[in-house]
Order: sequence, then C-alpha cells, then structure tokens
Amino acid sequence: MSQLAFSTLAQLSAEGGDTLVAQNIFFSIIAIIMVFSAIRVVTTKNVVHAALHLVLVLAGVAAIYILLTAEFIAVTQVLVYIGAIVVLLLFGIMLTEARLGEDQNLNNNYRLPAVITAVALLAVMSFALWDQFDDQKLPEPLFDGADDPALVEYALENEPGLFDELDPQDDNYDDQVAEIIEARASLFNGVQDTEEVSDTIFSTYIIPFEAISVLLLAALIGAIVLARKE
Amino acid sequence: MLLNQFLLLAAILFCIGVYGVIARRNAVMVLMSVELILNAVNINLVAFGQLHDVTFGHVFALFVIAVAAAEVGVGLALVIMIYRNKRSVDLDQVDLMKG
Amino acid sequence: MIATLLSQFNMLAVESGGPVLESSGWLLENVWLIPLIPAISFVLIILFGKKAPKEGAEIGMVSIIAVLVLSFLTMTQWMSARDQAVPTTDGEAAVAVLDQAVGGSGEQAAAGDSVDDGAGETAQSFEAAVDAEGGESGQYLPVVRDTDWWSVGALTITVGTMVDGLTVMMLVTVGLVSTLVHLFSLEYVKGDTRFTHYYAFLSLFTSAMLLYVVSSSLLQMLVAWELVGLCSFVLIGHWWEEKANTDASMKAFLTNRVGDIGLLVGVTILIVTLGTSDVLEINRLALNGGTSHLVLLVASCCLMAAVASKSGQFPLHTWLPDAMAGPTPVSALIHAATMVVAGVFLIARLYPVFWEGLSIGTSSINLMAVMGGFTTIMAGALAFVQRDIKKVLAYSTVSQLGYMVMALGVGAWTAGVFHLFTHAFFKACLFLGAGALSHACHHSFDMKAEMGGLRKKMPLTFWTFILGTGALAGVPPLAGFWSKDELLAGAWAGQEQGYPIIFIMGCIIAFLTAAYMTRVIWLVFFGEYRGHDHPHDPPLVMALPLLVLSALAVIAGFFNLPHTGPFKNLPDNIAERFLHYVEPTYFEAFPVVKHSGFITWIALLSIGLGLLAIFTTSMYYKKCVALGVTELPNGLTKRNKLFAAGYKFLENKYYLDHLYTGIIAGGTKGVIARATNWFNSNVLDGIVNGAGRSAVAGGRWTYKNIDQGVVDAVVKGSGTGSSGVGQLLRGIQTGKVQQYGALLFAGVTVLAAVFIVVV
Repeated sequence: MSQLAFSTLAQLSAEGGDTLVAQNIFFSIIAIIMVFSAIRVVTTKNVVHAALHLVLVLAGVAAIYILLTAEFIAVTQVLVYIGAIVVLLLFGIMLTEARLGEDQNLNNNYRLPAVITAVALLAVMSFALWDQFDDQKLPEPLFDGADDPALVEYALENEPGLFDELDPQDDNYDDQVAEIIEARASLFNGVQDTEEVSDTIFSTYIIPFEAISVLLLAALIGAIVLARKE
Repeated sequence: MLLNQFLLLAAILFCIGVYGVIARRNAVMVLMSVELILNAVNINLVAFGQLHDVTFGHVFALFVIAVAAAEVGVGLALVIMIYRNKRSVDLDQVDLMKG
Repeated sequence: MIATLLSQFNMLAVESGGPVLESSGWLLENVWLIPLIPAISFVLIILFGKKAPKEGAEIGMVSIIAVLVLSFLTMTQWMSARDQAVPTTDGEAAVAVLDQAVGGSGEQAAAGDSVDDGAGETAQSFEAAVDAEGGESGQYLPVVRDTDWWSVGALTITVGTMVDGLTVMMLVTVGLVSTLVHLFSLEYVKGDTRFTHYYAFLSLFTSAMLLYVVSSSLLQMLVAWELVGLCSFVLIGHWWEEKANTDASMKAFLTNRVGDIGLLVGVTILIVTLGTSDVLEINRLALNGGTSHLVLLVASCCLMAAVASKSGQFPLHTWLPDAMAGPTPVSALIHAATMVVAGVFLIARLYPVFWEGLSIGTSSINLMAVMGGFTTIMAGALAFVQRDIKKVLAYSTVSQLGYMVMALGVGAWTAGVFHLFTHAFFKACLFLGAGALSHACHHSFDMKAEMGGLRKKMPLTFWTFILGTGALAGVPPLAGFWSKDELLAGAWAGQEQGYPIIFIMGCIIAFLTAAYMTRVIWLVFFGEYRGHDHPHDPPLVMALPLLVLSALAVIAGFFNLPHTGPFKNLPDNIAERFLHYVEPTYFEAFPVVKHSGFITWIALLSIGLGLLAIFTTSMYYKKCVALGVTELPNGLTKRNKLFAAGYKFLENKYYLDHLYTGIIAGGTKGVIARATNWFNSNVLDGIVNGAGRSAVAGGRWTYKNIDQGVVDAVVKGSGTGSSGVGQLLRGIQTGKVQQYGALLFAGVTVLAAVFIVVV
C-alpha cells in the first residue's frame, strides 16, 4: 500500500508544476517520512518507538503547515502536539507499565478487517478527491518575497503616494523603500498571516473561542476527577 | 502546488489512523492513532483555507488542536482508570457492553 | 432595587405630566420587569438563602410583594389606557395601526409618524394605537414590545412582551395567589429541611409563570412552559425521601412530556407554515387565511395534546391527582390556581388558531368542547369516591379545568377566562383550607379517619371553606355562580349554532360539583371528630390568606356582572367590567365571538340543580351523622350490584392507571421481553436443534428443502432464517469497542462509495 502511495505522491509532485520547484521536492520528502512514520506508529511492536514515530509524523504535519504558509498553526502544532500531547502519551505509557521492549501482544485479531477497511476507505477517498479536484492548484503567491522588483511597481500602482515622503536624494533611499515594501509584502501576496488569524478568532469566532476555553477547563477537571485515587 | 497532494497525504494519514484504531490492542496506542486522524483532518482544513484564501481554515485548525489536547487529557485519564481497575490496558478485556 | 424601580417609575410619571397616556403606558411597555424580579430572587435565595436570618423566605416575600404591586400598577395602567380608547368609526386607521403593530419592525419604524427610535421595537405601536383608535367598539391593541432573538434564513424568531387584558388578568391572578401562598407557607413548611430550596423554587415558578403570560413569541412561551413544568416536578417531589412522592413527580413529569411533544410539534407547524413566531401575527394570519384549514386543524390538535397534559384533560389527567403528594401550598398555587391553567391560557392566547382549526364558530360539536365536557364529568364523578380531601379537590380541579376548556370550545371565550379567574381564588382558598385542616390534624388528609366535627374546633377554617365551597358549587351570589352561569348560557347559545350536548354536560357537572363538595363539608366539619389530636384554628399567617381568598371567592364574580335580562339597568361602569377590560377587541387578530348574555331560565336551572345536589347529599350524610358513620351501611352501593360495580370502577379511576402502567407500559415491556425471549430461544434452539441445518451449511438444508416439499420448507426455512440472522446479529454484540469501530468505518466506507456512485 505504501509503495503505491509513494509513487502517486511523487507523480503528483512531478505534475505539480512544469519545473520541479523546491517546494515540491520538500513536500515529497516530508510526505514520505510522514507516511513511513505513520505506518510505523500503527505497526511497531514497541510502544515507546510508536510514540517517537508519532513525533516524526507530527513534526511533518507542522512542516506541511509551513508549506501552506500557515506559520502560526505550525508553531502551535509543535508546541501543543509535540510539546504537550506526546509527553502526555509517554506519561500514559509509563503509568500503565507498558513493556518497554518489544511486545508481541500489541495487535488484536481484527488486523485483516482493519487493513481491508483502511484500504477501501483510502480507495474511496482517493477516487473522490481525484474526481473532484483533479489538478486544481493552490493559489500561488504573486511575488517571490520582498526582493521581487515587480513588487515596487505593484505597490506604486495600488498606493500611488507610497514613497512621496521619502527623499530620493537620501543615501538610505533604497533601504527605506525596501523596508516599506517588506512591511506590505504579505499583504500584497494575499497570505494569511498571524495577525489576520488572530483578528478572526477574536472577532467572528470569539464565542467558539470562549467555548473552547470552557471545554479545556471541563476536560481538566474531568481528567482530575477520573484519574485521582479515591 | 496542487491541492490534491495535500488532500491525498491527509487521506493516507487518516486511513493509517483508522487501521490503528481498529487493530491496536493497547489503549494508549489507540489514542495515538486518533491523533493521526485528527492531524489528517487539520491538514485538510488548512489546505482548503488556503485554497479559498480565507482564515476560517486556520482558525478551525487551531480549535481542533485545542480539542485534541482536551481529548488526550480525558482519554488518558480514562485509560489510567481502566488500568487501575483491571491491571491492564488491553481493550479486548474491556467488553462490559457485550450483548 | 425595587424601590429604585418604583421611584424611577414615579419620576417618569411626574416628568411626562401632561398627556396621561405616556405615563400610564410605562409599565405596559416594561412588563418584563415583573418576571425578572422573582428570577433574581430565585438566584439570591439559592446563593444566600441558607445564611439569611429567615432562611431565604424574606427574599421570596419581598420579591413576590414587589411583583404584586407591579401587577396591580400594570392593571391600573391597562384599565386607564383601555378606557381612553374612544370609539370612532374610522375603521381603516385601526387596521393600518394593527399592521404597523404586528408587521416588520424596520418598515414600521420608517413608516410610523410617532416614532422616537428605530431600535427594532414595536413599543411605539401603543401610542400609535391610542392615537388612531378605531372601529365601532373601540379597537384596542395589545402593547407589544419585542426584538429579534435569532433568525434562520427568512425566519426570524422574536422575543419580547405582549400586554393585553388576558395578560393583565393572569399577572394579577398569579401575583395575588402566589403572594398568599408565600405567606401561608411561612408557617406551613416551617422547620422543613429544605425550607430554602422550597422558597427558591416558589420564586422560580412564579417567574416562569409570569414569563409565560407576558410572552409575545410562541417559542418564548414554549420555554416558559417547560420551566413551569420543571418547577412543578421539583415541588411535587419536595419530600423525596418517600418513594410515593418521587413516583408522583416522575409521573407528572413524564405525562407532561407526552403533551410537550404535542406542543413542540404544534408550535413548529405554526412557526414554519406562517413564517413568524409572533403570537399576534400568528393569530392574524390564522384568522385571515394565512394557511390552509388542514394545517390549522393539525396544529390545533397537537396543541390540544399539550393542553390535555398541562391542564389535566382526559386522557392525560392522571398525573394531577398524584401531584397532590407535594406540599399543600404548592398544590394550591401550582396544581390548582396557576400552572394547570397554562393550557387554558394557551387556548385563550392562540384562540384564532383553534377557532379556525376546530371550526368553533360554525360547528355544534368539536374536539375541544367534547374533551372539556368529557373531562369535567369524568373527574366530577371520581371526586365522589376519594377519602383524601386533597384528592377530592384535585379531581375537582380537573373537572373545573374541563369546564374552562369546554367554555372555550363553545366559543364562550370570556366565560372560560372568567371562570379561570374566579376558580383560581376559590380553589386556592379550598386548598389552603385543606392545608390548614391537615396542619391541625396530624398532617393527614384522610377525611374518613382523621377528620369530622371540625366545625366547632376550627370555626375560621370552616367559614372560609364554606365560602370556597359555595363559590365552587355555584351558589349565588358567590364567584362561581356568575362564571358558571355565563358558561352555561354560552354553551346553550353557542355561536352560529348552539351546543346542546355540551350544555347538558355542563348541567350534569353543576349538579355533581355541588354534591361532592357537600360530601366533603359533611365528612370534615360535621359529625364527631374521629382523629386523635387537638385541632385548632391556624395562626395568623395561615389565616390571613384564607380570609383574603374567601373574600375574593365572594366578590370575584361581581367583576363581570351581566348587562342583559334582569341586569339591564346596571350602570355601564359596573356591568361587564371583565369583558370590557379582558376580551380582545382587535378583530384583525381575534374572532368576533357572540355573547349570549344572561339567560334567566338557565341561571334558575343551575341554581336549582346546585340546591338539589346539596339537599340530597345533605340528607344522605345527615343519616350518616345520626348513625355516627361515614357511609350508610345499607346505601345504594351496598344494596345494588350495579352501583357497587360503578363505585369500584370509580375507585379504580376508570382503570386508566392500569391501562397506562399495566397494559401500555407493561404490554410494551412484555412484548419486547417476549420477543427477546423468543428471539433468544430461537437463536439458541436454532443452534442446538438445527445445528445440522444451519451450521453444516447449505447442502443439507437445500436437500431437505427439496425433499420435504414447499410448505414444510417455508416453515423450517423461516425458522432457520431467523435463527441465522439472530446468530449473525448476536455475533455483532461483542461489547468490543474496536469491533464497533471497525463496523463504523466499514459502514462509512460503503455509504461513501454508494454516495459517489449515485451522485
């Protein structure tokens, strides 16, 4: 199964653009590592190894977020998942006195149905995705970062008086222009930066946000109540 | 980049997670598999958010992360309870719902 | 806080000075204050009640007195506003005003000329209505003030208050009875372990009930309806240490749930088909062909189920007598005077829906009238066989509620609502009297074992009880006489046609009511005392409510003196005051009902029936007293088998409880149990007996099938088939969560595949 998935991904990456851009290579490497680690998580006979492989998968997901220009989520992913959840899971392993070495007894009798279900589900999903999105592209950034010369023209077109306050005779003129452009780069690129996400959370989604905080509190109390000794 | 490359990666992670949830005997391992599933969903959310150039995807991904943290907290508490009562985290032995 | 509010109110009144209307309308627009006060009181009692010097009772008392004062102020404001509705012939203006009042808030804000703010409120419709008073009878609109709650698509749910005569009447009734019950309880539940809790829930109940009557939106009414149900549940089970009490509260709760489904469905139908949740707008649309007759019929039948459960109508009345397990003041407040009339109020509030749906105006018989009429006779008969004084009063309540429903069912809107009003007072009086009796007699309610001859020992209780009984039995000129008479006349006259069958039912119950109440009087107050205590009149805090309520039982009827027949010469400002202030006059959203007026021969007939009943019952019990027994040893039920059987039938409450618990619940349970048993034995027997056939698989089974012919094959095949399926299904129930998970995911996969293929 995994072999098939790898070749599919590779093929996809190749078709993604006419030129194999760095992003696609990067993606392929991460994807391969992630799928491999994920499979190890569910097949390894060593519980601690599974947790460590899980760390790899989670880190890969964080990298994927960066590829998708969602830096804030990526950082959160590392902090919460790798920093907290995996540590919690390791605590769980220790507290339940799992065998630290290999354990032959980690799988139950449902392996065959599980494989069949998972493969069938994958087939259905892949078909649906292919059918629906085919080779639809994610929107590319308009410019290659703040250094792109086209960016200055673009900025002037949109905001004609942008550089009026600067003195062209000044020695630092270029630096100042670059500074202004850099401040606007993400805006022009239509990239969702952290500021925008925070604005959304604390305006439109303020009530779900509060609900989540209550949920976390409830989970905290629930966990204590459940786990404490009588 | 294609949208589908992210979605397919997520689909693969999801199915691996499903396999783990069904086939693992150790409760902690099942929790790990659930994390795989949640991460797959999160990748989808962020990818679609990017596709439509909206922030909702990001916001909900954050919410999912928060919920996942709560889920692991309570889930592990349950596992520890089960362990304390049965001296085992083997899900095959937890069959009180047997009909 | 209340003082501040009142001063604010006074200030407002003083400031506005000149035009009386503006000042007099303040409370009508801000009536939300009234339910808010007891709600705050509830929170305060729950939080701080235990530490308060009177354990929270003082908070409840203060809040309920504030509610009472505000209710009376609202009433006076409403009355003065109503009186200033000068009749003109300018009908169009009135219609325009109504459209403005019930229509979209935004447009109205733009269109209205007396608009002072456009905040989506319809409060200004009040002034507008008064300015443009119209219609020959002086149309007068309810004061509606609402705002958007939430909206889904085109449907907007509003929330707000609506004040009209009906609301004001209910505010005063609830406020008054609740105040007196609060006072009575000070002594009655003194020293109870859950004293604070008791007062907290009295407050919550009052709040919910007041919210219910001021609601301008159907959904808001539904919320309040459920809240009063919850309070009823909690208070019935107040002494939950005894199993009988928790059983009673569960029964009340579950029976009410049956009706609540009806309410939910009915409300949903109305809101969705009419596209609004505003009560006034729904009424208007129902009356003016906003939807088909069938929709209204279905909706009103659903709502009738809700009425049946909350107002104890047949066949969902069984919970109400059991609800007497709660403290007696609670029975007086909730299960006699206020909560149980919520159903009647619902009918009165949504009258156009029922009017159109059940064709009240044009038929001579309909569901509502028949249900009410049947309930009233059935419960009246049951009241005869009870030993427990509270049970008698409970069945009497069911019976009287049936009376109200019946009145509404024949189109006598004012008669039904007026009976609700008078009944609240005299029935609360009787219940509190029963409370005083049991307080004196060992906390027992058993008339035959613990009471008798109390006339001399408790004279005050006796006289107040006599007044309440007289009012209930319809002795002129006490309260019940006037409302009952109006009701009978209404049934006789009907609308387009009379309702003769309903009229006969009404006459029968006039007789029955007088008879069973006379029985109670004789059993409790005459003869020899049969208990072992030293009964004496209650202390002042309990006596005061009794006195007030009995006084109201005497005078409440005068609020609606008739204005026809022998009363033709009464001045305008005395006769038909209730009708004038309470009956809606906005004919866009209320049907034009015909008023029967006072019919002298009906009045004489009902007096005659009542006196006859009192006389015959008295003769019977006089003999009993002479013999020193509670029932004659050679009475009819002893001599005649038919009567004996009838007595037993009544004693078992028509076997309705047996029907519900034994046959319906037990039957369903039994069927399920048997089916399971059959299934299991088939499965197991199938394994044992048919092991060869099923387990060793198809070959042999096919062989037998062909060999033994078609009929046998079908019989055996079905057996084997079911055992096979059973075996298959049994295999699924392993209790292993991961297997369930596997099935879940597999199922999702299959469904997704089907979805992809199909779409």
